[in-house]
Amino acid sequence: MTPLLQVKNVTKKFGGLTANNDVTFDVAEGEILSVIGPNGAGKSTLFKMISSFMPTTSGEVIYKGEKISNNKPHIIAQKGVVRTFQETTIFKSMTVRESVVLAQHLRATATLPGYFFGTKAAHHDEEAFGRSADELLEFLGMSAIKNEQASNLPQGNLRALGIAIGLATDPKVLLLDEPFAGMNHDETTKMVELVRSVRDEKGVTVMLVEHDMPAVMSISDRIVVLNFGEKIAEGTPIEIQNNERVIEAYLGSADDEIGM
Amino acid sequence: MFNNVTSKQWMGLAAFLFAIFVAVPMFIAATGRTDFYFTLTMVALLSIASGGVWLTFYIGRINIGQGAFALAGAYASAVMITKFSFSFWLALPLAGVFSALVAVLIGLPILRLRGVYFAMITLVLTEVVKLTSLALDITNGARGITNIPRPDGLSVFGLTIIPDFGAMENPKLGFYYLACVLMVLAFATLYRIVNSRLGHLCRSMQQNEELASSIGVNISHIRLIVFAISSFFGGIGGAMVASLTQSVYPNTFQVKDSVDFMLNVFLGGLGYVFGPMLGTLVIYFGWDLLFVAKEFQLLIYSTILIILMLILPNGILSLRLKKPGSDVAKAADASGLELKEGK
Repeated sequence: MTPLLQVKNVTKKFGGLTANNDVTFDVAEGEILSVIGPNGAGKSTLFKMISSFMPTTSGEVIYKGEKISNNKPHIIAQKGVVRTFQETTIFKSMTVRESVVLAQHLRATATLPGYFFGTKAAHHDEEAFGRSADELLEFLGMSAIKNEQASNLPQGNLRALGIAIGLATDPKVLLLDEPFAGMNHDETTKMVELVRSVRDEKGVTVMLVEHDMPAVMSISDRIVVLNFGEKIAEGTPIEIQNNERVIEAYLGSADDEIGM
Repeated sequence: MFNNVTSKQWMGLAAFLFAIFVAVPMFIAATGRTDFYFTLTMVALLSIASGGVWLTFYIGRINIGQGAFALAGAYASAVMITKFSFSFWLALPLAGVFSALVAVLIGLPILRLRGVYFAMITLVLTEVVKLTSLALDITNGARGITNIPRPDGLSVFGLTIIPDFGAMENPKLGFYYLACVLMVLAFATLYRIVNSRLGHLCRSMQQNEELASSIGVNISHIRLIVFAISSFFGGIGGAMVASLTQSVYPNTFQVKDSVDFMLNVFLGGLGYVFGPMLGTLVIYFGWDLLFVAKEFQLLIYSTILIILMLILPNGILSLRLKKPGSDVAKAADASGLELKEGK
């Protein structure tokens, strides 16, 4: 079986600086794959290239056998690969429900003029979007805050809102940008459960980029480790925990420590 | 299609329509101030163009180039009527379409710019259209196009819908009614856009373009549509002004007019669909009223504007009590934010 998403020899150079060098890995359907690495390892750059928010210098990203890199973000989203952002990227002056209703616009059956003139199809869409927004928020345990304005939400809820907006587009692959960053232990545990239920119950393949080691270890089926823009390891959490090169990348080599 | 309008809003609309179509003509007839017809007609026409500017603000772009599209529309209609003997009623929408097409051509490269960079480019546009009209033969260069015939009659199947303006006893009143009808149509369209899917997509872009594109909104496409609609309004406004004054010159709309269109929008309130109408009325009348101050006219006028913007950053309409959860009030806060953060 061919993997759902393939990252093939992806390289990104900014002038003389190589942010990603020849990174290759696959994401299988229905798995939770994490990309980790120390600061400056090129995780975010890779993330942006997969979601086409940034072009690759060379190499390509393939989704269901089709090249999706070096394209436009909205086209990738329409194909079913949707990214989330860190908490500040939200629709500030919309309520939670409005945001989720809006994010379903890809499923609209009526045209823009159709909406303008209020055709039957447009009314039908609006009702359907409202219903599924309520269902989704119920699923994510956010019903209580659905009429809150996004700018008034605390950090943990903002992250959940980001995921809700991403999920509302009905993605096949959800790319999460540091979903646990800046969270305390309890919040992280909740978020881990949330991400897992998204995969288990919605059947969404999840790829995430993250710093938080314990969370990554508990949530991931497989982990890809980047260091200085290159992939240095790939495997299950247990394999990664015992990988020499990974330990070295995170803690520095034994020689370095003596040198200090 | 207007089923989300509350009964209170319907009452307000009815009162407004009564005021402009019945009360104002009665007032003018009673006081004999027929000069008000020209002023109010201009206010109505300029507010249509300002409404267009408002719509570009709605996608988070500062548009100081509406004069360019008004001038393009004015020339387009004047050329169609005088050189190709088009009916006014055909030339008017075509002038709007012409401006919209120009906007698409210009918008393709410049709409990717944000904040002050987009504003700077639009500031140049008015001058560009002016210079183009000076250089072209079809626009008669500096002499402009004069003696544009008044709107002809419009009849469908032999039934006269609109009489010939040239044969009217009081063409000023005819123009006033026409301008008001167009203004009502323009703002009903704006209201509907803002409250339908296009408006929601615009709001998502105004608040966060990256997030909007991540959920599949084709932001460059929507920007272009909105800029075209905005310029269509500018073209209609311009064509009507040309018809009203029966002439168009390269300086019929200048950079100052473009700035005024933007000020009208600011003053009325970015968060309110009907803000541009109020803003245009206040600015146009305010300037005229200050005529008594002679050489201090500009000084007093600009001081008042600065003070108004300091104490009412969300426009005059923000004085109205905000309804909780009202779309427009929230959009006002957001657009204020966007402008400050604009890169």
